[in-house]
Amino acid sequence: METQEKTAPGSTDRSEKRFNVILALSGVLIVLLLVGIFATLFVTALPSVKEFGFFFFIGRVWDATTETFGALPFLAGTLLTSFLALLISVPFSIAISILLGEYFKAGALSTFLRSAVEVLAGIPSVIYGLWGLFFLMPAVRFIELKIGVAPHGVGILTSSLILAIMIIPFSASIGREVITLVPGDLKEAAYSLGATRFEVIKSIVIPYARSGIIAGILLALGRAIGETMAVTMLIGNSNFLPTSIFSPANTMASVIANEFAEATGITAASLIYVALVLFLVTMIVNIIGTYVIQKISIEASREVS
Amino acid sequence: MTDNHLGARLVKDRVFKGMICLLAFLSLLPLFLILYYITKKGIMVINWDFLFSLPRPIGEAGGGIVNAIVGTLMLIVLSCVISIPCGIAAGIYLAENRTGKLGNTIRLCVIVLQGMPSIVIGIIAYMWIVAPLKTFSALSGGVALSIMMLPVIVKTTEETLKLVPYHLKEASLALGVPYYRTILKVILPSGISGILTGILLSVARITGETAPLLFTAFGNQFMNINIFKPIDSLPYRIFYYAMSPYPEWHSFAWGASFILVVLTLALNLIARGISAKWKTQF
Repeated sequence: METQEKTAPGSTDRSEKRFNVILALSGVLIVLLLVGIFATLFVTALPSVKEFGFFFFIGRVWDATTETFGALPFLAGTLLTSFLALLISVPFSIAISILLGEYFKAGALSTFLRSAVEVLAGIPSVIYGLWGLFFLMPAVRFIELKIGVAPHGVGILTSSLILAIMIIPFSASIGREVITLVPGDLKEAAYSLGATRFEVIKSIVIPYARSGIIAGILLALGRAIGETMAVTMLIGNSNFLPTSIFSPANTMASVIANEFAEATGITAASLIYVALVLFLVTMIVNIIGTYVIQKISIEASREVS
Repeated sequence: MTDNHLGARLVKDRVFKGMICLLAFLSLLPLFLILYYITKKGIMVINWDFLFSLPRPIGEAGGGIVNAIVGTLMLIVLSCVISIPCGIAAGIYLAENRTGKLGNTIRLCVIVLQGMPSIVIGIIAYMWIVAPLKTFSALSGGVALSIMMLPVIVKTTEETLKLVPYHLKEASLALGVPYYRTILKVILPSGISGILTGILLSVARITGETAPLLFTAFGNQFMNINIFKPIDSLPYRIFYYAMSPYPEWHSFAWGASFILVVLTLALNLIARGISAKWKTQF
């Protein structure tokens, strides 16, 4: 109170303005940060963009000694691992969302499941990689020996499995939130017509929450595409186009992690070109996912009021 | 509807519930396996020597990870110093300007930053700091990690401050308190638990982050507290040991993992404790 009395009205006015400017400036700083990131990536990738242009995306050879750089093996590796991971994780994450959003909204079991999923999300990626190396890789190698393919152990399948485990928490928690937004009246109406819980979930909850669940899966895809450490440790680092889901490969993120520290000149520029593509792809995926979810929660809040 | 038909529908309902439960708990299996492995293989390694001595070359027994622990703490402090002021200020701006072009642009940028792959952030920190200074450094690692913390802090600050009721602000303004004092002394303190939770969660997120450190902080076998020199960190050490061919180093990787997991889980727990205990209720 005392300090307040000391401030003259004029100085208050000035510090008021200064305060507002500081707030706005820190906001602008974030915008500048993003613009700066994009500009830096673009400018440093420019030599490679000029040299290879669009053929960068369909070139199958990545060879620093001949200075030929085609990113198709990494694009294929990224797409294969992340979509396979989605395929594996979707049944599990939807099961968790339904269980938490519909069956057990509160109570000890729900708290347990929810905190377990949170812990799963909190484990660092490098530890997933470590565990994958010593548990998942031998397991996959065992399967490969059984079905008679080359027993690499590392490769697309192993990376997809670890990615699937890593992204379950993201799609599950978004799915749960969307499912709890389904209006109660709709469900009650179905129950009063004599529907069983399964029928309510199948024909009311899932259709209503569908776009939100898909958005959650999309955001999980964004994670899977950009995930680096666990994949780098388990994918086997091969710069050739993968021939099957058992073959070693490289993703866009893992090739950067493996090669950037030693790269110079056009090799570095090409790696940054890869990073630029990675950045743009995850940006688009994230913006679409977030937009859909925001729209759903706005609609739901309108219906309640 | 015949009884028979109803029976079939009820059976279907049961089967569905069973399937859902089964799938949900199956997905927790990896979590328990991971925690089991870390505890089993990690706890044997941990002793005073492991916690308080420097790594030794392969072949020599013993050695520890004290430099990695110190490095991780340094990185956390550095990235907090860089990201917290800017993050909170931007969060206040967004909460105070809920509509408007600049606000929406910032919100979009925050979304993009939040989803940006950490390896790309590593490249940026390399370009901005490592390349001009011509050396890997703790500073560049801190900058990379602070870029990762920023969106989380902005988002949680904005969400928390939006929950602070408008009449608190009105009451303060009506008493003649200037706007900036109202924000700093009334609005900000009433949202402090949410903001603190956000900060802790973002720290937990970056503590285990490895990818951007590969070519920024880089790793260092020796103790270093100079922010312009390469620095070791727990996740980098785990990666380095895990990828080595020596079984002894593999067990070190598990030991370091145990410490890292305990650290991140503790941060998460504290964050949840704060948000549960000090939950601002209006």
